[in-house]
Amino acid sequence: MRVRFVLANCFQGLRRNLAMAVSVMLVTFVSLTFVGAAVLVQMQIANMKDDWYDAVEVSVFLCPDSSSAPTCASGEVTDEQAAEVLEVLESDSLSAYVDEVYTETKEEAHEAFQEQFGDQDWASRVTAEQMQMSYRVSLHDPEQYQVVADEVSGRTGVESVVDQRAILEPLFLVLNRVTALSAGLAAVMTLTAVLLITTTIRLSAMSRSKETSIMRLVGASNFFIQLPFMLEGAIAALAGAALAITGLWFGVNYLVEGWLAESFVWVNFVDTGDVWTIAPLLIGIGILLAAISSLVSLSRYTRV
Amino acid sequence: MLPRLARFIHVIRFQKVSKVYARGARPALDRIELEVERGEFLFLVGASGSGKSTFLRLVLREERPTKGKVFVAGKDLSTISQWKVPHLRRGIGTVFQDFRLLENKTVYENVALALQVIGKPRHHVASTVPETLEMVGLAGKEKRFPHELSGGEQQRVAIARAFVNRPGILLADEPTGNLDPTTSVGIMRLLDRINRTGTTIVMATHDDEIVDQMRKRVVELVDGQAVRDQARGVYGAER
Repeated sequence: MRVRFVLANCFQGLRRNLAMAVSVMLVTFVSLTFVGAAVLVQMQIANMKDDWYDAVEVSVFLCPDSSSAPTCASGEVTDEQAAEVLEVLESDSLSAYVDEVYTETKEEAHEAFQEQFGDQDWASRVTAEQMQMSYRVSLHDPEQYQVVADEVSGRTGVESVVDQRAILEPLFLVLNRVTALSAGLAAVMTLTAVLLITTTIRLSAMSRSKETSIMRLVGASNFFIQLPFMLEGAIAALAGAALAITGLWFGVNYLVEGWLAESFVWVNFVDTGDVWTIAPLLIGIGILLAAISSLVSLSRYTRV
Repeated sequence: MLPRLARFIHVIRFQKVSKVYARGARPALDRIELEVERGEFLFLVGASGSGKSTFLRLVLREERPTKGKVFVAGKDLSTISQWKVPHLRRGIGTVFQDFRLLENKTVYENVALALQVIGKPRHHVASTVPETLEMVGLAGKEKRFPHELSGGEQQRVAIARAFVNRPGILLADEPTGNLDPTTSVGIMRLLDRINRTGTTIVMATHDDEIVDQMRKRVVELVDGQAVRDQARGVYGAER
């Protein structure tokens, strides 16, 4: 009896304030979509870091015979200088950071070069002698690039130290800015949602003030009086969350899986599975929005 | 009388109760000392603004006294917690001059609401509501809406709603105020019947004819003070 009565009251309220309920649903939908998008972009960044940071390495280029770098003033790197740099890289002080050091000889560099550009006319004229020797250093933690760079750059015979990770940084920067934008919009929309739900509950409570005053008079508990209002807010917010999840699912399904993933096969993109992973989070936020709004408005408008 | 015994006999007890709404204003109730026994029928008479409604609101704990203590069914209302107030009200039925029925609900639904919102099981509602409607003389009008009924019938619905949970106390605030004399007599007969079932009734009114006819206990309030407390009394002592 109780459940049926409360639900009947609640749906009656939703029907009476249909326009408000729909607007609550839509605002929650938009705000949660932005929350979800921000989370998905962060997941994408984490995915890429996982995949790519393993592959990226620090390249220590040694002087070729015609370099203008000040550390190469004495001409091409000598065997002693090369050995010295290798010793530093493999020293105990750097072993905490350095995972592996691989020496790429001129010949190997030439081979790789030919493989990449060999079909070009100009490339076939490049000889192994024109290439330069380098050490390819993989790190335990790619973020610790600076420590290694500080140790070896500036030594005689080292032309330059290149962090391959730096190539990826602009991409991550863009993605992080997208996250910030998304999160900012999410914050504004969430605030709007709270205010709107509060207003909706208030209107609903006012339009039923006679009913609630009678309920109080015959001894209905506070909880019983307030429950239908809370449910109204919660149902509208949950419908919004469901819409947001649906929207994100379609977005990821068509934009990411159907288009981006087809075009850039080498990138591990977020997928619809990730949308399901964050679905409980979005629903939770939706419920939280409704709960906060209910607490704010009900304590004031349906007092015993 | 021993205080422990007193709580079983007095359903309502006012102990030097004063109520001041605004600081510095004349008190709405001024040091009221009153006991209402179980099963009693009490008329609270006096002009508008004499404190009758305030008295009823204090019993319902819609207001708290500025000074003094109110006991209802042996409980000191100043000590019961806010969340227990609904339980207090389940033992008190209330009827008003303006009926306060829900226009969009039928007679049956209006009365059933009182049981539904306190979580009574469905079978209890289904058996008690028709029984109560029959008792107040509304059998066969269950499906009518309030606007399809006369004033007297609407007040009967309100009384049914107040009495459907079989409260120990029934408070009536000018229940005949909107009704013509003939209809009022019918309502008073109904209240008298309810009183005979053992329900204590406190009725605020300024309908002198009714008070004079019923010959029940009369307490007269003037400017918040109880100036007269008379068993089997009449409306105005001077008349």
